[in-house]
Amino acid sequence: MLRLRLEPRGARSAMWAAASPLLAVALTVVGAGAIFALLGRAPGEALYTFLIAPLLSPTGVPELFVKAAPLILIGVGLALGFRANVWNIGAEGQFSLGAVFGGGLALAYPDAPAIILFPAMMVAGVLGGMALAAIPAYLRTRFNANEILTSLMLSYVMQFALIYLVTGPLRDPQGYGFPQSALFSDSATAPILIEDTRVHLGVLFALLAAVGGWIVLERSVSGFALRVLGQAPRAARFAGFQEKRLVWLALLVSGGLSGLAGLFEVAGPIGQLLPKLSPGYGFTAIIVAFLGRLHPLGVVPAALVLGLSYLGGDAAQIDLGLPSAVTGIFQGVLLFFLLACDVLILYRVRIVRRGAAPSLKIPGAA
Amino acid sequence: MTLALTNFILSVIATSTPLLLAATGELVTEKSGVLNLGVEGMMLIGAIAGFATMTATGSAVLGVIAGAGAGAALALVFAALTLGLLANQVATGLALTIFGAGLSALAGASFVGVAVPPLPALDIPGLTTLPLIGPVLFGQNALVYLSYAALGGVAWFLYRSHAGLVLRAVGDSHDAAHALGYSVSGIRLLAALFGGAMAGLGGAYLSLAYSPSWAENMTAGRGWIALALVVFASWRPFWLWVGAYLFGAIMYLSFYIQGLGIDIPSQAISALPYLATVVALVLISRDRTRIRLNAPACLGQPFHATA
Amino acid sequence: MSGPEEPAPLPEPPLLELRGIVKRFPGSLANDRIDLKLASGRIQALLGENGAGKSTLVKIMYGVLRPDAGEIRWRGKPTMIANPAHARRLGIGMVFQHFSLFDALTVAENIALGLDDPEDRKGLLSRMAEISARYGLPLDARRVVHDLSVGERQRIEIVRCLLQKPRLLIMDEPTSVLTPQEVERLFSTLRQLAAEGCGILYISHKLEEIGALCEEATILRQGRVVAACDPRRETHHRLAELMVGAEIKRPARRKRAASPAPPRLVVDRLSVRSDRQFGTDLKEISLTVGAGEIFGIGGIAGNGQTELMEALSGEIAAGRPDAIRYDGKAIGGLDVPARRALGACFVPEERLGHGTVEAMTLAENGFLSAYVRRSLAKLGLIDRRRADRFAVDVIGRFDVRGGGPGSEARTLSGGNLQKFIVGREILQQPTLLVVNQPTWGVDVGAAIAIQQAIVDLADSGAAVVLISQDLDELLGVCDRLAIIAGGRLSPPRAAADMTMGEIGLLMGGVGPRSADAAA
Repeated sequence: MLRLRLEPRGARSAMWAAASPLLAVALTVVGAGAIFALLGRAPGEALYTFLIAPLLSPTGVPELFVKAAPLILIGVGLALGFRANVWNIGAEGQFSLGAVFGGGLALAYPDAPAIILFPAMMVAGVLGGMALAAIPAYLRTRFNANEILTSLMLSYVMQFALIYLVTGPLRDPQGYGFPQSALFSDSATAPILIEDTRVHLGVLFALLAAVGGWIVLERSVSGFALRVLGQAPRAARFAGFQEKRLVWLALLVSGGLSGLAGLFEVAGPIGQLLPKLSPGYGFTAIIVAFLGRLHPLGVVPAALVLGLSYLGGDAAQIDLGLPSAVTGIFQGVLLFFLLACDVLILYRVRIVRRGAAPSLKIPGAA
Repeated sequence: MTLALTNFILSVIATSTPLLLAATGELVTEKSGVLNLGVEGMMLIGAIAGFATMTATGSAVLGVIAGAGAGAALALVFAALTLGLLANQVATGLALTIFGAGLSALAGASFVGVAVPPLPALDIPGLTTLPLIGPVLFGQNALVYLSYAALGGVAWFLYRSHAGLVLRAVGDSHDAAHALGYSVSGIRLLAALFGGAMAGLGGAYLSLAYSPSWAENMTAGRGWIALALVVFASWRPFWLWVGAYLFGAIMYLSFYIQGLGIDIPSQAISALPYLATVVALVLISRDRTRIRLNAPACLGQPFHATA
Repeated sequence: MSGPEEPAPLPEPPLLELRGIVKRFPGSLANDRIDLKLASGRIQALLGENGAGKSTLVKIMYGVLRPDAGEIRWRGKPTMIANPAHARRLGIGMVFQHFSLFDALTVAENIALGLDDPEDRKGLLSRMAEISARYGLPLDARRVVHDLSVGERQRIEIVRCLLQKPRLLIMDEPTSVLTPQEVERLFSTLRQLAAEGCGILYISHKLEEIGALCEEATILRQGRVVAACDPRRETHHRLAELMVGAEIKRPARRKRAASPAPPRLVVDRLSVRSDRQFGTDLKEISLTVGAGEIFGIGGIAGNGQTELMEALSGEIAAGRPDAIRYDGKAIGGLDVPARRALGACFVPEERLGHGTVEAMTLAENGFLSAYVRRSLAKLGLIDRRRADRFAVDVIGRFDVRGGGPGSEARTLSGGNLQKFIVGREILQQPTLLVVNQPTWGVDVGAAIAIQQAIVDLADSGAAVVLISQDLDELLGVCDRLAIIAGGRLSPPRAAADMTMGEIGLLMGGVGPRSADAAA
């Protein structure tokens, strides 16, 4: 009988740290093909529709960046937090509150000049996200309450709050009773960077956030402190890095970036406040963060891969008649494969016969 | 008056049972040292598997079994990753929830709007018709009785049986358990599978008895509330029961108040169970000593038998 | 292939016989063709340094590990010991070095977990009581383990073994955590067992004990059997040289200050509540350490050493600011970096996870504690060149082998990593150094280098607090010595005036308390 045996490598394998996400993406494509086959679609054609066709249309690549922008913004913040073992999984709610704060400003002062209004909206978006993230930060540092559960619960609460706002105080009086706000004025709309596309200022800010996040994490003392806290909390205390301060830092940064992502989404592609603002960006960004190796620069290609899964989901719905839930499956399977492949970073995998000496080596395991 | 009270109790039982089923499973999983955050995903998969099987076969029994089996199957994926390949348990649990939501939505697309008869309730002539206690004690469906049997069984197993002692030992110190020759991964695998099956049952209760119908994301965060309940109960079965019924009551009340037409935004009332979860977590977690003394010491830590 | 020489041929086959046992780990050969025979009714020793392969060999005998080659014979029959339960069925009992106990469970539950056969668990309480009485091993079955002393914990393990009526009892470093009095009690139990016909394998690196207890010793070095002898007929020095494979040097004794230097560190009635799950609260600890002095703190692990270390370093709050004064300044309210800025450096007990981050490079681990005093950060950014150079400096000056500034901490051996940590602190030129168990689990060569570095630092005028379980180390290096027990510190005495017996009583919590002395 054959079975797998894991042997510790002793040190991290840099090669596998880089190769594992690529292998995971490849395996996910194979897995997605198998799922399409199970659903009675020709796998080749379905994969083409899901992964390649969306990029071939003239708006394909720009749209990919539009989808990736919020994922990058949120993913960078989550990556910083996850490195410190601070598990903010309520980014979805922080995204919404950022959109509400910034959008509220847009609706209150539609005629203000853009040069003042838009920066103010961005600040408001960041503050909105921070405000919602501050609650789990306070509850964890003050009462030791698990931030996974509190941040997620607040996302549910925020969803109800958003519905209340767009059906009540912020509803468009001329909107025939639809649950939505008025459209934002031109000065409250995110500037378009590339003509004839929807590529807006948020894309630029997403890339800046990735670079900024990289500098913070790899070069700054605070980023070092976050990494130490995540790997060895006692060593962090020994070094004099205060856990409470770092928990606040991680949650405020990820909350602020999520809020900024929400602001850009409503001020960009959406243009108004709706009961549902995000197709699950806050959760997908968790996968983005892991696929990007919890590294701010790695988050960018990871966000493009997962952004493609949204475009592909839309295409699969229109062209193949598949439910958009295909996107969720693709994302879940991707994270499964990634977590499985990551074992290769710290362990060699050997196939052994039960009770016999090691025999077969898996390629690359040396 | 009696009728109103009876209805209230019956409604609370109905909202509490899925929480109790899922939380009982997670309690066992966590006692063995495994933190599976994928309860929400396993409940969704259990809900659709149960509903689809019931629709296809017309058999409620098969539906319930399919729900439990589907939850356990997803837990097997979790176990393979976290126990076999030593993946991070938090990340894997999140993946389970994302995947479960997607898969259930895909599988359930053709079941939206389909109706099935609710699970049959017990009917003992003479007893079920007694006022108050009749319907409460003798008029429930099988899953309600099962939730009690499971909780009682788990309490007995953990604190009265040798196998339960071994399970607690693995959660307390996997190194010591390994040194004594216990199979840490094997025991954790079984505990995780039990947790998955119970979460699947909780989901099947929603789609077969509570609603009974299928809707995308119909669990609406109940899996996460079940996780919070385990912390709320400080990993003790009796308090798990108290917590599940407390939260069931809060959920029911939030529906009930909306029906009264009081001038509060309905969204504020809908948000109540989630806010209550946050409050409950805060109240329990602030007592660090209690958490420290009751939490399994190895919770969430990977184990690899190197030597 | 020199098997141990038997004084007389045995009439029956040996109880357990190992032939040519080989066990490899990635990067090391832990056991290299080991032969060993164990007989009924005899107490035999397995002697060797840390890392000589003793624990690996013992785990093979107990079925925790499988040998890569070689044969095991149990009572003359070739046997494959599949797992610990199988070993126990054969009649092999084992008391682990790091106890295999469950803190959150009761004594009775812990014992039941070591009994595989449901039959054995029937009437457990009365049989426990019987064994306890017969071998002088008192235990309260209902108590939870985390409330027990280390000696009591070991008794649980022994009772657990004895309940299964073993033919062979393996004791892996059983006395490293016991007081001298507890060691004496353990020895009488073992002699009684041997007299009843049980074979005993006693693993240790403590030569005196082996001379007092064992009739035969097998010495391991680097995975091989290098000698077998009767330890009662050999000198300690000879045994030590066989074990280490080289001549042993002790750290150069320093000239002790004739008159006491002015105090640098003053701890005044320091009381701290432990924030650890099963920690020990500190109760009214008072001590003073002068410039150039090494102040030793002995005691059994888990009696407040960790808490004292963390209170001195600032990792846990010290209560009153003036509970700790340093060069006249109250520092009890300062955080870790502020204390470092004043000249204090620290070496915690845990190398991985506390003193260093295992998956980080040596350069990063150098930065971890030295960024304050060596100005390795500028404007909130890490100065990577300086951090690298600092790590290179530590590696070169303290002879850290097996890695450069880019190597991860976990890839170094225990001794080399400990040299790096001690070097990292000493190169910050501290005027106060607090070290906790600096040579625990470190090979002899590295241990002596570390002790020498600490002595040299004190000679240059720094005040040193040395917390250690190793009494030889404390008596060899320290000027004054106090014992911590149950979170209280005994009144300090000149190390030269203290005897092992006195220290043992203090370690057991018997004797004058610092509160009395302060009065």
